Amino acid sequence: MDDVLLEMRGITKRFPGVTALEDVSLVVRRGEIHAICGENGAGKSTLMKVLSGVYPAGAYDGEIRFDGRPVHFAGIRDSEAVGIVIIHQELALVPYLSVAENIFLGNERRGRGGLIDWNRTNADARGLLASVGLDENPVAPVIQLGVGKQQLVEIAKALSKDVRLLILDEPTAALNDVDSAHLLDLLRRLRDRGITCIMISHKLSEITAIADSTTVIRDGRTVETLDMASGDVTQERIIRGMVGRDLESFYPDRDSAPGAEVLRIEDWTVWHPVQPRKVVDGASLTVRAGEVVGIAGLMGAGRTELAMSVFGRSYGRNISGRLYLHGREVRARTVAEAIQHGIAYATEDRKRYGLNLIADVRANISAAGLGKLARAGWVNGNEEIKVAEQGRRDLNIKTRTVLDVVGTLSGGNQQKVVLSKWLFTDPDVLILDEPTRGIDVGAKFEIYTIINRLVAQGKAVVVISSELPELLGMCDRIYTLSAGRITGELPVGQATQESLMALMTMEKELAG
Amino acid sequence: MTSTKPSAPAEQTESTSSAALHIGTSDPLTLVMRNLRQSGIYIAFIVIVALFASLTHGVLLSPGNITNIVLQYSYILVLAIGMVILIIAGHIDLSVGSIVALTGAVSAVLVIQHDQPWWIGIVAAVAVGTAVGAWQGFWVAYVGMPAFIVTLAGMLLFRGLTLEVLDNVSLSPFPAQYQKVASGFLNGLMGGQGYDAFTLLIAAIAVAGYAVGVFRTRLARIRYEQPVESFPLFVARVLVVAAVVMYFAWQLAHARGLPIVLIVLGVLVAAYGLMTKNTVFGRQIYAIGGNLPAAMLSGVKVRKVNFWIFVNMGFLAGIAGVIYSSRSNGAQPAAGNMFELDAIAAAFIGGAAVAGGVGTVVGAMVGGLIMAVMSNGMQLMGVDQSTQSVVKGLVLLLAVAFDIYNKRRAGTTR
Repeated sequence: MDDVLLEMRGITKRFPGVTALEDVSLVVRRGEIHAICGENGAGKSTLMKVLSGVYPAGAYDGEIRFDGRPVHFAGIRDSEAVGIVIIHQELALVPYLSVAENIFLGNERRGRGGLIDWNRTNADARGLLASVGLDENPVAPVIQLGVGKQQLVEIAKALSKDVRLLILDEPTAALNDVDSAHLLDLLRRLRDRGITCIMISHKLSEITAIADSTTVIRDGRTVETLDMASGDVTQERIIRGMVGRDLESFYPDRDSAPGAEVLRIEDWTVWHPVQPRKVVDGASLTVRAGEVVGIAGLMGAGRTELAMSVFGRSYGRNISGRLYLHGREVRARTVAEAIQHGIAYATEDRKRYGLNLIADVRANISAAGLGKLARAGWVNGNEEIKVAEQGRRDLNIKTRTVLDVVGTLSGGNQQKVVLSKWLFTDPDVLILDEPTRGIDVGAKFEIYTIINRLVAQGKAVVVISSELPELLGMCDRIYTLSAGRITGELPVGQATQESLMALMTMEKELAG
Repeated sequence: MTSTKPSAPAEQTESTSSAALHIGTSDPLTLVMRNLRQSGIYIAFIVIVALFASLTHGVLLSPGNITNIVLQYSYILVLAIGMVILIIAGHIDLSVGSIVALTGAVSAVLVIQHDQPWWIGIVAAVAVGTAVGAWQGFWVAYVGMPAFIVTLAGMLLFRGLTLEVLDNVSLSPFPAQYQKVASGFLNGLMGGQGYDAFTLLIAAIAVAGYAVGVFRTRLARIRYEQPVESFPLFVARVLVVAAVVMYFAWQLAHARGLPIVLIVLGVLVAAYGLMTKNTVFGRQIYAIGGNLPAAMLSGVKVRKVNFWIFVNMGFLAGIAGVIYSSRSNGAQPAAGNMFELDAIAAAFIGGAAVAGGVGTVVGAMVGGLIMAVMSNGMQLMGVDQSTQSVVKGLVLLLAVAFDIYNKRRAGTTR
């Protein structure tokens, strides 16, 4: 068949003690958008590393045919030479280099004497930026661009290498809805230009919207390849393939019985740490015991900033407003004070702000509540291990022992370690910032179940999420945030994705 | 997997102490692999000692020479304790050599020029060191400057102050009591039998303390259903440690007895080893080095911890200053030159990670001893200074390369 661009057959990749891929096959047709789905740890990233030569030929079993010919890549340079470019989830841009320099990094436009031809570099960069729909100054440092635009710069960089097969690993994970839509639109246009695309994504709505076919991988094996063109493949259908069962209800049921008010903030205003502008502007909200309150907002609306400023002023400056816990006004000027008052904040970026990745599970779980395990400053190491074991059992953290290094766990299990850490501080209010970002469907369900269990114990939970269905599925009440202001408060019964989105995009003047 | 899983809690019928005798894993390979980074250092140390012992035809391990190594490198080891703690937290201190000089100079001025009693000199030196540490801690912790810059400035600053204090001349000699700090021995307390029984007694007490300590740890671990090594292996481990310590003490006892500075060093190593592993403060040092923002968001008072570890470095540099001035029996403007590099090398050879978050006090001590044994061995063999420097440089390079290789291997298993 001539319309097949890439064929991977019988790919098996073993690591010491683990078989990451077992007899995986993948067939990608020319000019299609091919989605790859699977839970975290299913082997998607490993498969892409085999394809792009990160794991060189010989390190795996099986055959790869590209454009009809068998290929043996010894490294990334080989795969790029035939036009396979991979864009990783963590963007690989150099923050203080210019957009143009980043685009041509390692592939510089040279002129006479081997010196860089800056005019051609910047002119070519402008052209490439235009082709991805960006109107940015090519000499601007990349760090001045938002994440969404940086993602587009990555794609422009790929285009500069005459890409034929573009691999995107979770391209929209860090993007808001507007930027995501923009990116998906671009992928469609690239497809029309004949660029084949493999997209790994957890966002099933995107896959059903854009993919021509979908390959589902589970536990290192190919489960099925679905033809999406017919249009009758639903998200539920894909989930069934990923988890091997139907999730009866994606969001576990819970009886809603909110009790007394636990947390209240009034007229909360936060200034940006360096720029002279308000990031949160006069926000007020309440959270009651046994209640899940959602905060919806586009990226940059000030959701994380609001949460972190409440959590011991760990963000921003000139913070003003009143904070009440159980009806009494309190001051929480440091994180330690906030923890003492019973506030916990689980960050949206667990690798950078949530975990000590080089330390073991035990040390991470005890990190915020070490004082509880100590007498006169001395930590009871055995009690600590007991606590960690307890956390492992309660939250079903999949690790060999609690002495394993956290960096080796999958995303979902890392997130459970973060939760476990905060649960050990025994908080009254738990603020969860993007609690299911970048984790697989099965682990998401587990996290939801944990949230429900906490609420049943009478804890107050605040969930910040970019995924509106998640908020609608989990919360009792949802606040919307736009440009630092609370623009609405809806009981979940009255909220829809549309009504939330309308409030989230409300202009500042109207919000005032 | 050989670790015993705590599967059925609270269903232990037999008493803990009888369980202590017969449960646990006895697969030595697992035990070694479990802590390869650490055991790698010990193995390297043993190999290096064996190598130089044979190259020097046993002179390396002779009573007099062992005493010599202890006296000669004690102040580097004291510095390495403070240094490894800073490195774990992700900092560095380039100024310790200058602080050693400054504190020694202050002590010398007081004791030699102003005829103050010897202990005033010691107290003053340690106080000055601590104050210097507080100065540097302030800039690093509360102003937020990189330790590299602050201590680079400190290196110049305190060297200059040393010259100022000494008026650019060397001072010597110290009174006899002051000299005893570095070159005094506790011996003859129990009568001479050709060897010093007191040294052996102290060593035996230390060994007994160690044995009781590890056995209690073992009992506690079993009570908490943690994996432990099998009893024969446990006994073997204690016996090996006991044998090594007693051999070492035997050799010392046949030379000049127990060096006072060794007692100081032993107390410091034990105290700081326990502090870093078992206290909230110590654990927070690792948390800061492992991931600074995560530590902040876990309620660690980062500034406070950073400040105090610099104060501590100054305190230890003051002690090292006393030991060094006592040993050299005076204060010189150029004293302590390059000490910082030896202390840093000891920490890194001992398994500390350049990026922070990893390292141990005991590891740094072994790292320091590796350097000490190599220097001493090469001196005994008559290797010239230039070759010694080349060899030491290569060892540092290879030690860190091994560390990085190890980490990369650990990283690819997933």
